[in-house]
Amino acid sequence: MMKTYGQIVLPGDRLDSRVEAERPFVTEVGQEKVATVLGMISQREGKGFFVPLKSIYVPKPGDIVIGLVEAVAATSWNVDINSPYSALLYAQDFLGRSFNPSTDDLYQILKPGEYLKARIFAFDKTRSPLLTVQGEGLGKLIKGAVIDVPPAKIPRIIGKKRSMTALVEEKTGCSLFPATNGRVHVDCPSPELEAVAIMAIKLIEREAHIPGLTERVANFIEEERRRKGI
Amino acid sequence: MKAKVGIDERGLRHDGRRPDEMRPVSMRVGVLANASGSAMVEFGKTKVLAAVYGPREPTQRFMVLPEKAILRVRYHMAPFSTAERKNPAPSRREVELSKVIREALEDVIITSEYPRTVIDVFVEVLQADGGTRAAGITAASLALADAGLPMKALVGSVAVGKISGTLVLDVDETEDSAGEADMPVAAAPDLGLITLFQLNGVLTEEEVNRGLSMALKAIEQLVAMQKSVLRQSYEVVEE
Repeated sequence: MMKTYGQIVLPGDRLDSRVEAERPFVTEVGQEKVATVLGMISQREGKGFFVPLKSIYVPKPGDIVIGLVEAVAATSWNVDINSPYSALLYAQDFLGRSFNPSTDDLYQILKPGEYLKARIFAFDKTRSPLLTVQGEGLGKLIKGAVIDVPPAKIPRIIGKKRSMTALVEEKTGCSLFPATNGRVHVDCPSPELEAVAIMAIKLIEREAHIPGLTERVANFIEEERRRKGI
Repeated sequence: MKAKVGIDERGLRHDGRRPDEMRPVSMRVGVLANASGSAMVEFGKTKVLAAVYGPREPTQRFMVLPEKAILRVRYHMAPFSTAERKNPAPSRREVELSKVIREALEDVIITSEYPRTVIDVFVEVLQADGGTRAAGITAASLALADAGLPMKALVGSVAVGKISGTLVLDVDETEDSAGEADMPVAAAPDLGLITLFQLNGVLTEEEVNRGLSMALKAIEQLVAMQKSVLRQSYEVVEE
């Protein structure tokens, strides 16, 4: 049975050939377009799009990601970017100058367990992804909290033209950065507001596929702030 | 007193099922928070847990392939899963079943998307009452879909047996030990693909064909149930 708009689609389900979808979320079996992951079909401007509800983050050059330092190597750090592939950040790139092992202690600069915002510089599946922190707003995250969410939910947390992120920011006074690899950096004026912002993100994560989300998120934040008196 | 195995005068089996009837099946997804994907499947008293981790880079880098991900499957029976304690060390049977489960799933997973990685599937039998490999394949397929791994189709599995000359669906432990044949089948109905076909015992060509169509019909129902369970995990929760 062909799936229509708004329906949940499962691996093996046939899709209308006009539905636009990226690999690997669809594949061709014979002449037919077949879904490979759990998702749904949404309609925008008369066109059908396949929206995955489950996905695994595969780095793409240019993506801004939030990485977690896993280990310190001789001249680089191994960074977990919530992907099948662990990334590399060279000390030379982080320092912005040549690295001198006799004077620079990598362990003092970035310790395992610390988060950083970086850009994927190069990746082609044959070697580990290479990160760079050369760019505005990139580098070690020194305050706020990082929340892990499924990468498939990030577009919903951002919203159309960043509408959902802007809504949470406006209602909580926090600053949000949803990274494509399924991590959200939240920087709030107080721990109480941080807790509300995190709960709002978790609500978006849970109900990303249900219509009327913007209104529910706005009401949720207002209600939580009223209840907690903040 | 031992249960009488066979088909009684009403045409029913020792537990009251018709020959073409499965045991009550229950499925759940997302049962383990730490796994990328997980599922629990019960076929009657048989209870199997499947957990998927990855794709991830393996610690032993020598085993990776440059063009696709490797699927590693470990089928294991918990020491408490049987009436008598089972030695937890992997037995010859468990090694073989790990291989056949892997082969039953390999054809539907699009492994070329994640080269140089491994996908680990752990199938843990918590309670064994026959049909553990079938329940294991069904659970593993569900856990892989829950992990978000691209799959061409979902796989279901069931065994057909022969008792007192009659073909029966989904044999339990009592029927398996007294039966004349056991034929586990796994398939992806959306692709029209049989991914596992084993036969232990002797069946005529006609019985094999009939047994296979019984199994495929049941697998279609199992896959429909898998889809409904996955769909339900995204159903609207009224506040």
